[in-house]
Amino acid sequence: MSEVFAVGIGQTEVGEHWDRSLRQLGAAAARAALADAGTDRVDALYVGNMLAGDLSGQHHLGPLIAEHAGLLGIEAVAVEAACGSGGAAFRTAFLAVASGHVEAALVVGVEKMTDRPGKEVTQGLVTAADADFESQIGLSFVAINALLMRRYLLEHRVSRDDFAPFIVNAHANAVHNPMAMYRFAVSAAEFSRQAMVADPISVLDSSPVCDGAAAVLLCSRDRARGLGRNAARVRACTVGTDTIALHDRRDPLELAAAVRSSRRAYELAGIQPRDIDLFEAHDAFSIMTALSLEAAGFAERGRGVAFGASGAIAIDGDLPLSTMGGLKARGHPVGATGVYQIAEVLLQLRGEAGQNQVKNATLGMAQNIGGSGATVVTTVLEAVR
Amino acid sequence: MEVPRHWRTQSARYALEGTVCQRCGETSFPPRDLCSRCGSGEVIAKRLSGRGEIYSYSTVFQGPNGFAEYAPYLVALVRLAEGPLVAAQLTDVDPDAVQIGMPVEMVTRRLREDGPKGIVVYGYKFRPPLVAG
Repeated sequence: MSEVFAVGIGQTEVGEHWDRSLRQLGAAAARAALADAGTDRVDALYVGNMLAGDLSGQHHLGPLIAEHAGLLGIEAVAVEAACGSGGAAFRTAFLAVASGHVEAALVVGVEKMTDRPGKEVTQGLVTAADADFESQIGLSFVAINALLMRRYLLEHRVSRDDFAPFIVNAHANAVHNPMAMYRFAVSAAEFSRQAMVADPISVLDSSPVCDGAAAVLLCSRDRARGLGRNAARVRACTVGTDTIALHDRRDPLELAAAVRSSRRAYELAGIQPRDIDLFEAHDAFSIMTALSLEAAGFAERGRGVAFGASGAIAIDGDLPLSTMGGLKARGHPVGATGVYQIAEVLLQLRGEAGQNQVKNATLGMAQNIGGSGATVVTTVLEAVR
Repeated sequence: MEVPRHWRTQSARYALEGTVCQRCGETSFPPRDLCSRCGSGEVIAKRLSGRGEIYSYSTVFQGPNGFAEYAPYLVALVRLAEGPLVAAQLTDVDPDAVQIGMPVEMVTRRLREDGPKGIVVYGYKFRPPLVAG
């Protein structure tokens, strides 16, 4: 298996892009990543997307994005794993380059959610869950997360206010990220008095509906030579899965797919959780942040929330979290999110994270979750200096 | 709901029919063709008791397609007496009285109507048990 290097990053601002289409967003991120790497040579394109079929009446995004990014004719396919689509597309590109069959693979995550009214987006998002036995009884995706959070509060004896540090931290970091949707700070007091979306989940526990695209160019060692500023090496990219429905899990409060994928990633990279310098968690809802910290081995079971309150998650803490705002405040264009997370880890490893720069960042990890935890993609990247 | 989907899932939705593995004894709901514990294909249908207790609950304010007009409504994960968890709406209960651990029983109720020409979908919901006498 060949080593794989990340040599280019491209992002569009996350937000409500009424003036830009799905294809324009995807192509813009793709072009930005190629410009960043200083090359036009790409052998394959893998597109991560979840909702284009439901919300844009458009599937078949591989050739669509390739054509509009000036890459007409190359190998190009789309990959879908609900909110984990971006990470899954990255995994596909990683495999392609690692196999030696592809020298340079471009990953583009793209999502266009704001063209449609909220109820259609709600319906689109719930397709990540079990259509026969979750959404058919009236569960929404938010409600599935609320069921998890309510149970967590009881079993681990915490209050919903205890989740505030995750939200305060994400918003504080987004202030300095020019690509973030919510570039404003939020206080614990503001979090505490927010209206409920699905009790105990409030508006501020939830990541926003938005549009955006991000891209990363992966290369073999030979192709990476002379390309890109400060390339990083992909030390591991792994996928774990679990039951599609929350009710079919032995223990709904354990993200077994995250346990599986992070253990495998640590094993492949030959590292321990304590070796990780920063972590981009899938904080679509604050309960997911706590469960991810526990599943990835950063906190004991039931201690994820306490970990958040300990100060460890700050930029100068032991495990800086959501360093560019996370899903919560950068925004969560679902199928693009996994690629944004990896692009942000790469910014940190290249020392280009501006005021949010984590000092001496060498090993960074991103974890992208599909559905309520049925797909989890864990990626570990290392700075090459 | 599509008519064939309705037809395929009706014994689960009307009668809370799950499956029991003939090799390891695991009870599954919803029904499965392969046992989720041991992987055996030797499973037979079994109607569950419908008794259980609330594992977790929430309120839906914005539901998926077909449910918008019913919001807000209570949803729960119910731990059935036979072991499986089931996701379902709660009914006939004061929202302020709901708590984790509360005993509930299954009832058949209307879930939704798919417009004037669509089918009326019935299925399980859960309520506090009616006490005799």
